[in-house]
Amino acid sequence: MLKLEDIHMQVDNDSGEKIEILKGINIKFEKGKVYAVTGPNGGGKSSIAKVIMGIYKQSSGHIYLEGKEITNLTITERARKGIGYAFQQPPRFKGLTIQDVLAIACPQADQLRIRGYLRDVGLCPEDYLDRDLGAGLSGGEIKRIEMAQLLLRNPVISIFDEPEAGVDLWTIQKLLGLILSAYKNNPHNTAVVITHNEKIIPVCDEIIVVEGGVIIEHGTPAEIWHLIKDDIECKVRNQCQGDVIYDVK
Amino acid sequence: MTLSKLDLNLLDTIADIKEMPKGALNIRLNGTAVMRQSSPNISVGPNADGTGLVVEIKPGTRNETVHVPVVLTQPGLQDKVYNTFIVGENADATIIAGCGIHNDSHAISRHDGIHEIIVKAGAKLKYLEKHYGEGSAAGQRVLNPTTIITIEEGASAELEMVQIKGVNDTVRSTVAHVHARGNLKIVERLLTQSGQKAESDIKIYIEGSGGAAQVLSRAVAQGESFQLFRAALIGQAACVGHVECDAILMDKARIRSIPELQAEDAEAVLTHEAAIGKIAGEQLIKLMSLGLSEQEAVDTILEGFLR
Repeated sequence: MLKLEDIHMQVDNDSGEKIEILKGINIKFEKGKVYAVTGPNGGGKSSIAKVIMGIYKQSSGHIYLEGKEITNLTITERARKGIGYAFQQPPRFKGLTIQDVLAIACPQADQLRIRGYLRDVGLCPEDYLDRDLGAGLSGGEIKRIEMAQLLLRNPVISIFDEPEAGVDLWTIQKLLGLILSAYKNNPHNTAVVITHNEKIIPVCDEIIVVEGGVIIEHGTPAEIWHLIKDDIECKVRNQCQGDVIYDVK
Repeated sequence: MTLSKLDLNLLDTIADIKEMPKGALNIRLNGTAVMRQSSPNISVGPNADGTGLVVEIKPGTRNETVHVPVVLTQPGLQDKVYNTFIVGENADATIIAGCGIHNDSHAISRHDGIHEIIVKAGAKLKYLEKHYGEGSAAGQRVLNPTTIITIEEGASAELEMVQIKGVNDTVRSTVAHVHARGNLKIVERLLTQSGQKAESDIKIYIEGSGGAAQVLSRAVAQGESFQLFRAALIGQAACVGHVECDAILMDKARIRSIPELQAEDAEAVLTHEAAIGKIAGEQLIKLMSLGLSEQEAVDTILEGFLR
């Protein structure tokens, strides 16, 4: 189980003033569940994910993994303890192949597993394994490879940061199926999916709505989805000025 | 002559020679050819004035390799060699060159290798050249390669030139003449560390219609090292040319990149792109999120970049 206890995070704005991005986040992520973290842009969803991974430093609060405090561990140490993060916009690497990066993600994986996960995300291993993870790939291809890395790695806590962003509608459905089959009722793992997608949110085990750096709703889809979906859609629409990428309806 | 373990280690590093190759070869050790052999299709012999080699690959030769590595282990040696390579019509061959210097002294060990390569009509050449230096003392390891290559009509060549590490000073000069429908690709990868200096000057004349040339340069400068990269494409006919220079800058190192395009024909299409910067923080974070330490992440990024 991963527990966030009263997490606050501050950053400096352009004028040097402190802005509080997270204002006392308390969550417990239990094993065998898939969590949807949603809410308008700038609300703090990705910041929570990055604080968990150690990419952002919290200004106060505590993080526990399996009962042990990991608050002050580095990104590397957290990764080695079983936290994984699929980036919303994964970086590209000149000279590193997809095979290289998948092997780094899971050194013990054999070719059969590596190829299997690439196929699962809709990429033909024969066409992709030796390709450079550089500028020659589309955003959607990079995103699928990012998903394959995390699924292959299979850490205790897997955080998917907007897996739907930049991916076509057909692939979203497939990726969702992969996440659900890998994590739902899996007694060893937890998935946290940061998303705006209306196909993903209601099929998760729990929904957490983050806005203004605080959790404003938390419950099962049956409890809260019907209450929040119109509200989220409205806020996201207003914020994104109609950008359909963020349309949750 | 028996090669020492040190010689063999250097040969392995620069030319992947773990045991003596069966085909044509010339191994130059401390200014002298210590092993030389020809094959039925590749002749290796001295040039007229005894300053180097003439390597002739017969027309139509398929998939053969000639090794011509150079090793310097004698401290303070100043070595210079003039080699000529002729790749016959419609041949398909590989030349593995390269130089490794071991210098434990306080003197300067230096090798200047001047290679003239003629790739005859319809032939295909792969040329690999790795440079490497090592040694425990303050002695300098200097390598100055000069490559002059002519790509005749319908021929093609790929030059892969790598400075692995340990070279204190290098001035690299490459001049190419690409004739009609000829195709040249130059891949250069250089690593400099501490106070090392590297200067690379590439000039390609695309002289014939349908000619093509591409230069891909990858550079990593660490410590207080300095690299200067100049690449000029001169399009003198309907042709295509592209220069790409990517560099990673670390510590207090400096890199200067000067791509130059000169079109002398309205049908010449010449392009260049250059990027110099430090390792992107997001790349480090990504690899660390996969469990690598920061140093392992840096090493992985650099290894891939210079591969």
